[in-house]
Amino acid sequence: MGLILIGLYAAAVLFFTPVSQTVVVLPGPDGKVGTVVVQRDGEQTVLNTAYSTSHIDAQGVEDRSQMSAAAVTQAFGTALSALPARPVSFNLYFISGRDELTEESKLELSKAMAELKRRSVPDIVVIGHTDTVGKLEGNDKLSLARAERVRSALIKQGLPAERISAAGRGEREPLVRTADNVSEPRNRRVEVNVR
Amino acid sequence: MHIRLSVLATRGLVALALALFAGLTLAADAGHIKTVKGSALVERDGKQIPASAGMTILESDTLVTGADGSMGVTMTDNCLLSVGPNSTLAIDKYAFDSTTHAGNFDASLQKGTLAVISGKMVKQSHDAMRVRTPTTVMAVRGTEFVVRVD
Repeated sequence: MGLILIGLYAAAVLFFTPVSQTVVVLPGPDGKVGTVVVQRDGEQTVLNTAYSTSHIDAQGVEDRSQMSAAAVTQAFGTALSALPARPVSFNLYFISGRDELTEESKLELSKAMAELKRRSVPDIVVIGHTDTVGKLEGNDKLSLARAERVRSALIKQGLPAERISAAGRGEREPLVRTADNVSEPRNRRVEVNVR
Repeated sequence: MHIRLSVLATRGLVALALALFAGLTLAADAGHIKTVKGSALVERDGKQIPASAGMTILESDTLVTGADGSMGVTMTDNCLLSVGPNSTLAIDKYAFDSTTHAGNFDASLQKGTLAVISGKMVKQSHDAMRVRTPTTVMAVRGTEFVVRVD
């Protein structure tokens, strides 16, 4: 009986130890601030200004304030510095009917490499597209050839092959909507999405 | 002895059936670990796997760090998450459709610190992501924020 009581007590301590929590909304890189709604027992607190803070102590009392950037770094620095690099994506453009990059896009790709190589384990999805010149099936093949071409270029530059996937979407997802059989440079592209 | 053998055989069959079932309903990747420092592991199906950069994160995984640990994860909807030292974060639910950007994401921070930069599913639907703590539920409406549970 005593043991059971001790067990119950231990369980109670384990599950009902009062906890306190702090939530702080941070400004994004462009200064924009989003919204977090903290909800409990039917009550809610809306945090939507830079550094607005909700602190709920172990007794359940909530205090609203504004934390300083320095205090945020103090309390959350390790977690913040562990955040992965922000995903990036860019388009590369192609010469009509071919899987050859335009001169500008060759330059763009070499510029992007530095940013891509900063990531220790990048996950890269390369998606090829065409304009509406030619037949659907031919464009499916061409879009994939373009994506594969960019994938090979990335691998040649030293990015890990097993972390780069390539797909072709043919003429289905134009950047600029056109009639059929329209040569449109902006639609002859490969999207490179890097996480 | 016979009983034990049959129990073992039954367990074996159950395990086999579960394995087959798991194979059929194989969870899609929810994200990938990008940064790891100090002691950090992933709990999956009752097993503890040391965290490493590049490792795939699945729905139902729990991220656990020790006193010197931290880890950062990029989800498939481009949401970024990271935990600081002495933290436990469960990925309770995760689904994301990369074509429609519809999805839902429930995570719970049992203890420690968490930083979040929300991703595409939150842009698509303001109700897509929730972070629970022992005392509250946070609805994430497209933002960067930090949480600490002491």
